[in-house]
Amino acid sequence: MKKIFERPQALTDKPLHYCPGCTHGIIHRLVAQAIDQLGVRTRTIGVCPVGCAVFAYEYFNCDMVQAAHGRAAAVATGVKRVHPDRVVFTYQGDGDLAAIGMAETIHAAARGEKFTTIFVNNAIYGMTGGQMAPTTLVGQKTTTTPFGRDVENTGMPIKVSELLSTIDRAVYIARVSVHNPRHVIQAGRAIRKAFEFQLRGLGFTMVEVLSTCPTNWGLSPLEALTWLEEHMLPVYPLGEFRKPAEEEAV
Amino acid sequence: MLMRGNEAFAEGVLRAGCRYTFAYPITPQSEIVHFLARRLPEAGGVFLQVESEVAAVNMVFGAAAAGARAMTSSSSPGISLMQEGISYLVGARLPCVIINVMRGGPGLGNIAPSQGDYLQAVKGGGHGDYRLIVLAPSSVPEIIELMELAFELADTYRNPVLVLGDGVLGQMMEPVAVHEEKPVILPEKPWAVTGQGDRPERNIISSLHIVPEDNERFNRELERVQKEIRRREQRAEEYRLDDADLILVAFGTVARVAKAVVDRARAEGLRVGLIRPVTLWPFPDDAVSRAAARVDGFLVVEMNLGQMVEDVRLAVNGRKPVHFYGRPGGTVPTVREVWNEVKRIKEVTGDKEDLRAAAGTNG
Ligand SMILES: Cc1ncc(C[n+]2csc(CCOP(=O)(O)OP(=O)(O)O)c2C)c(N)n1
Ligand code: SF4
Repeated sequence: MKKIFERPQALTDKPLHYCPGCTHGIIHRLVAQAIDQLGVRTRTIGVCPVGCAVFAYEYFNCDMVQAAHGRAAAVATGVKRVHPDRVVFTYQGDGDLAAIGMAETIHAAARGEKFTTIFVNNAIYGMTGGQMAPTTLVGQKTTTTPFGRDVENTGMPIKVSELLSTIDRAVYIARVSVHNPRHVIQAGRAIRKAFEFQLRGLGFTMVEVLSTCPTNWGLSPLEALTWLEEHMLPVYPLGEFRKPAEEEAV
Repeated sequence: MLMRGNEAFAEGVLRAGCRYTFAYPITPQSEIVHFLARRLPEAGGVFLQVESEVAAVNMVFGAAAAGARAMTSSSSPGISLMQEGISYLVGARLPCVIINVMRGGPGLGNIAPSQGDYLQAVKGGGHGDYRLIVLAPSSVPEIIELMELAFELADTYRNPVLVLGDGVLGQMMEPVAVHEEKPVILPEKPWAVTGQGDRPERNIISSLHIVPEDNERFNRELERVQKEIRRREQRAEEYRLDDADLILVAFGTVARVAKAVVDRARAEGLRVGLIRPVTLWPFPDDAVSRAAARVDGFLVVEMNLGQMVEDVRLAVNGRKPVHFYGRPGGTVPTVREVWNEVKRIKEVTGDKEDLRAAAGTNG
């Protein structure tokens, strides 16, 4: 019998701890598939964040480093500078990357560090109990914005992809979503491209993935997918904000 | 050849085979990074000036996790910013070297030489139950020697090593007999993340032990390593101790002042000696404790309000009076000041009971 679907080699068989309906699991799979497709598992080093994906080192079947909250980009810089011929990626949430780790991220991009960042934007802090993130939408209720995010008090959501796309050494910046199968496939393509550009040594690559947090949004998994589509997509438009010049020519 | 202290730190980095430096500028250690910015690329290494001390120490974390010898250098406020990363380095059992060329604090303080970070260095600084190995050179040639030792100790015990200097030591020029650079044989690091390659198991570097019992087991392992370090790595210079009845205890720059005071006292026929801790952690308890058995008292001299004096008191354990003289905030005690202190103590030392009264202890 022909096998047409199986677990990627780059994932271990450890059951994921994510909540039911959380799209962290889908994003893990997409990253693992990209590693498999490029045949680089045994020369890949991943850096996991603090946040719901803190245990990602249990799931990605490659060498892994667990970094301090927000510092993944700095840790990945150290790893990649020592092993320039390896594939290095960070996997980070919005609190991790866009709050405490913003400086490390922007400067890694500015230096053109040759690793790939997978940025999981679920517009909230998942692990610590649903607090406001830098990416929380205006009016969105969280445990620290119980009356909805108020612009006067807490300002506007940060659009990380747009922000990083102003940086010349960021060679590939894309925002994708995983709220339906079509978008999951597109997201997979973008992630694979990011890894390919890394392999070609072009510079910093990041894929922002819009993701759900049914638990802290207080929605069922299905409602969460709809909420992402209806509320997040208008604020966070999908697309490739930056890509290498030769790519444009194709 | 004549060499400046800060250049000696950098020379030690190169000689130890360290090829990865990540740093953020701060006075009074800048010449260290200037030197490395020039020399490391020539030696096939990486020098990066980065966005903050937070980033620098986490890049050291990454490079150390990847199996390289890595270091960073800073001064007091920058070291405070690194404390998170230092705790994680210990938590992940990653070897590296951090230089702190101390300046006056707290806060922005000043750029003058100080020893105000002693407690931060030897008692923790970051969160959790850990110790750093802390080395304190007091001359330019010793800086090079201790930098090489620092990397060796870091690798041996898989623990970060902090080397403490100050602005005087950094700027001081002294003759150094530079030996031919020997090729360094770097130790194997089978635990490092290098990409799995042909290894049967993948490697994971993490400081996370979510189950309390697991984390207790990890902390017990740290305790075992700490005990071994305490047992094997205490280092101190003992100067004119033979018949001394008063012993000065001082480290780093101020130990040079103390040494001059010992010589002066000896010239005047007073029996004074010096213990200079070279390892601040592990503190040379044994040397101090041995001395406590036979002298009348101690005088601890520091460039702070009295930090190491606590460790001396612990080692003396109430057996003898422990006096203290210190100048905080970026001031170096002079030979005259310390000498006056010695005379003050010595005047009452004629009678040991008086000495105890002078120190305000119960002996
Ligand atoms: C220095 C530090 N500050 C705060 C925390 C607590 N903390 C853990 S996870 C987290 C937020 C994570 O949110 P995000 O990055 O959006 O990831 P998610 O959990 O949503 O996947 C915070 C604030 C920490 N571990 N370390
Ligand atoms: S808390 Fe939210 S982000 Fe975290 S696993 Fe649960 S659903 Fe996913």
